[in-house]
Amino acid sequence: MRQTDRYFKFDWITIVLFLLLVGFGWMNILSASHIGETIDYFDFSQPYGKQLIFILLTFLLIVVLLSIEAKFYERFSSVIYLIGLLSLAGLFIFGKNVNGATSWYGIGGMTIQPSEFAKAATALAVAKYISDMNTDIKSFKDQIRLCIIIALPAILVLLQNDAGSTLVYGSFFFVLYREGLPRIYLSIIVILGLISVAALKFGSLITIASASVLIFAFHFLRKKSPSIIQPIAMLLAAVIITFGVNFFYQKILQPHQQDRISLWLRLEKDPEKIEQMRRDILYNLYESEKAISAGGFNGKGFLEGTRTTGKFVPEQHTDYIFSTVGEEWGFLGSALVVIVFVLLLLRILRLAELQKSQFSRVYGYGVASILFFHFMINIGMVMGLIPTIGIPLPFFSYGGSGLWGFTILLFIFIKLDSNKINEW
Amino acid sequence: MRQFLLFIIIVLVGFTFIGRLFYLQVYSFNTQSLYEDNAIRKVYDYPKRGFVYDRNGKLLVGNQPSYDVMVIPREVKPLDTAEFCSLLKITKEQFIKTYDKAYRYSPRLPYVFIPHLSKEDYAVLQEKMRKYEGFYIQKRLLRDYQTAVGANVLGFIAEVTPSQIDKSPYYKMGDLIGKQGVELSYEEALRGVKGIKFIQKDRFNRDIGPYKEGKFDTLPKQGKDITITIDAKLQEYGEMLMQHKRGGIVAIEPSSGEILALVSAPSYNPNLLVGRKRSRNYTKLYNDTINLPLIDKSLLRVHEPGSPFKSLVALAALQEGVLNTQTSVSCTGVYRYGRRGTMGCHCGGGTRSLNLGIAKSCNSYFANAFRKTLDKYDDASHAMDIWSGHIKSFGLGQYLGTDLPIGKKGNIPDGAYYDKWYPDFNWGATTIISNAIGQGEVQVTPIHLANMTAAIANRGYYFTPHIIKNIEGEEIAKDFTTKHETSIDDVHFEPVVQGLFDVYNKGTAHFLQVPGIEICGKTGTAENFTIIDSTRTQLTDHSIFIAFAPKDNPKIAIAVFVENGYFGARFAGRIASLMIEQYLKGDISRKDLEHWILTHSLENEYAKPYSGQPFKINAQSQYQIIDFPEKPENNNQPVERQNQSITIPSNETNR
Repeated sequence: MRQTDRYFKFDWITIVLFLLLVGFGWMNILSASHIGETIDYFDFSQPYGKQLIFILLTFLLIVVLLSIEAKFYERFSSVIYLIGLLSLAGLFIFGKNVNGATSWYGIGGMTIQPSEFAKAATALAVAKYISDMNTDIKSFKDQIRLCIIIALPAILVLLQNDAGSTLVYGSFFFVLYREGLPRIYLSIIVILGLISVAALKFGSLITIASASVLIFAFHFLRKKSPSIIQPIAMLLAAVIITFGVNFFYQKILQPHQQDRISLWLRLEKDPEKIEQMRRDILYNLYESEKAISAGGFNGKGFLEGTRTTGKFVPEQHTDYIFSTVGEEWGFLGSALVVIVFVLLLLRILRLAELQKSQFSRVYGYGVASILFFHFMINIGMVMGLIPTIGIPLPFFSYGGSGLWGFTILLFIFIKLDSNKINEW
Repeated sequence: MRQFLLFIIIVLVGFTFIGRLFYLQVYSFNTQSLYEDNAIRKVYDYPKRGFVYDRNGKLLVGNQPSYDVMVIPREVKPLDTAEFCSLLKITKEQFIKTYDKAYRYSPRLPYVFIPHLSKEDYAVLQEKMRKYEGFYIQKRLLRDYQTAVGANVLGFIAEVTPSQIDKSPYYKMGDLIGKQGVELSYEEALRGVKGIKFIQKDRFNRDIGPYKEGKFDTLPKQGKDITITIDAKLQEYGEMLMQHKRGGIVAIEPSSGEILALVSAPSYNPNLLVGRKRSRNYTKLYNDTINLPLIDKSLLRVHEPGSPFKSLVALAALQEGVLNTQTSVSCTGVYRYGRRGTMGCHCGGGTRSLNLGIAKSCNSYFANAFRKTLDKYDDASHAMDIWSGHIKSFGLGQYLGTDLPIGKKGNIPDGAYYDKWYPDFNWGATTIISNAIGQGEVQVTPIHLANMTAAIANRGYYFTPHIIKNIEGEEIAKDFTTKHETSIDDVHFEPVVQGLFDVYNKGTAHFLQVPGIEICGKTGTAENFTIIDSTRTQLTDHSIFIAFAPKDNPKIAIAVFVENGYFGARFAGRIASLMIEQYLKGDISRKDLEHWILTHSLENEYAKPYSGQPFKINAQSQYQIIDFPEKPENNNQPVERQNQSITIPSNETNR
């Protein structure tokens, strides 16, 4: 095989989109973290300087990832998964506590966050399990096993007090559904979500009343109405969910989590109080929305954002990086970032669908789902569309572990994709 | 179908995000200039406010530095409070109390710890200041009045009100703006343009450095010095003469319309409204609803002009050709008109020509002249319009358009005015005959009278009275250098001027002559009423006087209005003569007049309506004699008079 062919096998569209995001992301980290007027790009005490190193190392990582035989990833996926689990479990012994979460290993002056790598490992494991000849996703036994594969790292992450990263494991639902998970699960998730929101927003009584009206209306309007037990069971479930949600909200959630949800669902009616809550409790959100809003249509220009320069948005170079885009690049720039992300996700989805091997397809689907969850939760949170959940924006947010984790996730798929014409 | 679920959700989320971005950034975007951006601190660099000089170059208003001790509580390090308190001359309790206040205001923001340090305290403190971290001294410029007089002319500055900020975006909260007098009229010239520095803040409101290294910062532009037409010496003399009296003096240079003196009494020392006690003093002045020291009576006190108005009645009649210099009227001490109408006259009786009519202020003569003027036309309303036109051409009955921020229109009635009063149109000259002697419906302010006098002195024209003489590097408004012609032909002025001259020569003011100066004047005595316990009660007449001098090529035209001073010559006339002599000669030869004025007070008259007792007026009233002021030095007088305000039983004051 000629040398050039080998390079053209890689999906350059994905790679260009990846480079766009990493490059633009770094410019925004620079904006959000530089102090004063002078910028020393190689000042490694500053986030922007460090991130530059991380990005350079990423290219090395990419070369390594793409050099490894595609078969290796499939063959060793179980081993990689196990290493991932062990690295998460090891945190309980060697972990370092940062901001209340025990999610880091401290190695020398650096910290490494294994949960960022565990996502890729889990995606590999899920792909491996589903693509196994003996697996039948319609069987309950396999569903349980898959559930365990996904839940193990998720629980470990949750125990380290990193609720945001835990949620990301929910994205595997899309993968399972694509591969044939019965439709009933989708219905259950949708109904569960609807009842939860309704129970919090409108109260238990209205929720149960409207649920019973709907259930019985549906039951009696059906041509063949088999038994009365089914609707009663459904109603019972609705009641349990309703009270369960309320119990969960009031007794299990911590006050700051309650506030986030309360604000999101506009549970507080008094607009003045809402405004006050936004200022006091959700200071980050308040400031990030203001920063985005201040950008206007054109934005204030690169390094010109006054709210960014003044560090009005805490954690702006990490989870709130998108507010920098909003202030400095305005509607044009922010919409462009959203579009680039959507294009990248759709490109991965399309590539996944084109895969011949089921392993590659499932893995590709996993990559798209994980990136999508991060994209949706992060940008949705920064713009106040969903409750505050702290997870990074892929390729954008400051942080070496995050950048490498997402790079590994993506480039394993690019390697798998490049190999699709080869016979295994 | 299954492979489309994620695809559809991704696209939906993408659209939702773009929609939300559109809402945040385009729909609910409010243009944020650097000025409105609360991430940028705007530090203003205030320029020197322009100085105010009098016509002879004497500095009236300058600036003085004032030093405030400021504190930023969170930056305060432990200090030797005992020493610090003794330097600031406060007690430890005061220190703790103020510090607490500052901390409660904000731990991070500057707070005025001690305002207005004296220069001596500042000198001592300045050297030790570095020992007290978190404290610093801030310099501000306050107005420095080099004079104790002219408060009504000079005005004062104070913080802008929110409504002023709305009107003019130049002003920011806490800026100072002219509120009265020339400070208000010439605010834009005096204030200059403030400079601005943009400073980037962080979220704790701390400064982190100049925004864009000062690219957008501007330098302040110094305020312009102005020279006003006031003669400080004359103004000061006028205010001294008006002590213990109420009213106003307006002196104008007829050849230019420049206001030489604008005295309002009672007034106050402008220095009262500067510095530490400013707000307390202002409240006190503002709440004095009896003396109204903040009201400029020379511009705002509307009154009936009384006899000086007769000169205009004569001029109108001459212009209309119904009167000539030979016309004479036989006065019997009472003027009869209509079937039962009578108007008294105290000229002494006899045959009155125009000259003697003016000199003796004969009511009958002018009632006759007025009547003839109106009777010239068949239609009383039309006749009144013509008469009114003549009078208004002297600036009466309208805003004069001076460059002082306040003024009143007064009133000169015309035909329509009476048509409204008498809807059956059954009125004529005799119905409104009081106007002939400056009573009835004619109303003026002292500056109207002075302007009228200037027009007579000029024999037929006037310049709009104004206070500005020169603004550094600017021309004064064209309005003030344009002649306003009256509707009276020049030839008619000479006999009237001669009459006014004879007022001094052989008339009602002959005892007011000043050796070496040919003064023309006219006395005026105006009846006036007030309401006490719902009863219309007559008070002692107002004393009014107009004059100009010298007779030929006049240098000063003056109007004096003294509330309840009785005869025009008694208070107003004396004051006018003295003012003229002071201005033209620079010192006083009629020491007797001066002594009389300074030893006679009218405060007993002013207390009468509030006394709750029956009282006598005019001739039955007693003089109130006061001690001659130890030193006729005016410097501190207005301040003192604030303290010795008229004593009135407090339950009576709210009547």
